[in-house]
Amino acid sequence: MLSVSNTTLPLPTIRIRGRSFMALIVVPEPPFEAWLAALDQQMARSAGFFVDRPVVVNLAAVAETDDDPATVLAALEARDLRIIGVEGVEMSLLRGTPWFGATLAAPGREGKPDKFIEVPETVEPAAPVAEPTVEAVERRPSLLINRPVRSGQSVVFEEGDVTVIGPVSSGAEIIAGGSIHIYGTLRGRAVAGLLGGAEARIFCSKLAAELLAIDGLYRTADHWGHGLQGKSVQIWLDDKELRLAALD
Amino acid sequence: MSKVLVVTSGKGGVGKTTSSAALGAALAQAGKNVVVVDFDVGLRNLDLIMGAERRVVFDLVNVVQGDAKLAQALIRDKRVETLSLLPASQTRDKDALTPEGVERVIGELREKFDWIVCDSPAGIERGATLAMRHADMAVVVTNPEVSSVRDSDRIIGLLDSKTARAEAGETMEKHLLLTRYDAARAARGEMLKVEDVLEILAIPLLGIIPDSEDVLKASNVGCPVTLHNPGSGPARAYAEAARRLLGETVAVTMPTEKKGFMSRLFGRTVA
Repeated sequence: MLSVSNTTLPLPTIRIRGRSFMALIVVPEPPFEAWLAALDQQMARSAGFFVDRPVVVNLAAVAETDDDPATVLAALEARDLRIIGVEGVEMSLLRGTPWFGATLAAPGREGKPDKFIEVPETVEPAAPVAEPTVEAVERRPSLLINRPVRSGQSVVFEEGDVTVIGPVSSGAEIIAGGSIHIYGTLRGRAVAGLLGGAEARIFCSKLAAELLAIDGLYRTADHWGHGLQGKSVQIWLDDKELRLAALD
Repeated sequence: MSKVLVVTSGKGGVGKTTSSAALGAALAQAGKNVVVVDFDVGLRNLDLIMGAERRVVFDLVNVVQGDAKLAQALIRDKRVETLSLLPASQTRDKDALTPEGVERVIGELREKFDWIVCDSPAGIERGATLAMRHADMAVVVTNPEVSSVRDSDRIIGLLDSKTARAEAGETMEKHLLLTRYDAARAARGEMLKVEDVLEILAIPLLGIIPDSEDVLKASNVGCPVTLHNPGSGPARAYAEAARRLLGETVAVTMPTEKKGFMSRLFGRTVA
């Protein structure tokens, strides 16, 4: 008999993880023979699109006809659709299917209607992923902004570097996953290395910033005083310390 | 071709209404058909500045909501024939303006006038965004001090993103009107310099309006300064700005200290 002692062993921590994913909502419509034929055609044109995609079957239209939901579900299962849920139907109508007694599919996030999805016509049938032979050089995308970034504007680019040609105003902010380059006066905030990028740097041709941050470490203008104000400056992280130096 | 011009600033009290009235009057004096529209619903002032407060019957909200015809709400200026005013409502708030209603009214005004000058309320909320929504060009009114400059910068950002023009991918013409400029204080370093403001905002300069008692005097008698005292410094500066809006190339006059040594010593008593 397994018993839980409340004195000695500490209870294990329950770890709960969340995951959100997209399910395809398939809505069979009468007449079902024609609908199934259309589905077959679509699946042939978009080979691979349905492979391993979770599918929720909406039986609302079926429930309004005399057709047996079980037949429709069986027809869908025969097409190798990965059905994870059923919705739009009363439980009693599902008698005789594996879904009888199961919880019906949960609705989407509150207030968010289902999106219509365009099925691509030529999806490759789950091509085998090519094994990378050499260690690929990490490709960093970058964002170029060639106009002033005004007060109140916030440029967030988590994927990589941000380059601004023009001033960044007081009250504006640039947030980048990588480095930040500003060819103009930096008067606002620059936050670089957002996702653990201790290597990231900030460059600006004229420093008048309100706040600088790299990899979560931030400093306000008070910290660096007036010495570098108005100069071309680079900012980097040196052993958990934010360093500033004039570029020329 | 009618032009919709929004006079905006973000910050309050910098001179939007004064500038709307003065520019509108100057454009009308140049022979253009002009309407000045007060978008400051709930805090209307333009009617006072234009001296029409006792002639307001219907207002912008009535027209937007379809309770009155445009022609009923328009007030024609008694001094300049081609100048009209569309007043705001004092008893309502900005929520009384609907985007569709404003679009319709602006469309109707475009058929009647050469210039539609929209006097924006302060702030960045509904009233201000609706005032700039359908503008073809903007005059950003700024005082030479840091908070006004930063707010103007914010407004320029909105002009470039939230207007119908910006959303259609077209550029919005923006001009800086520096008001309350005091040459003496700027020389003493008590105010931002013109170059500093221009460097921060990075938009072309439409004009510099000197800080002057003439503006206050004109407001108190309910007359745009360009009509009240055309020879005064502010009136000349506004008239020049209006000519630049009409496409003329006019060099910007820098206000200078015009007080002599004695009057500087005894400034208060002599004036």
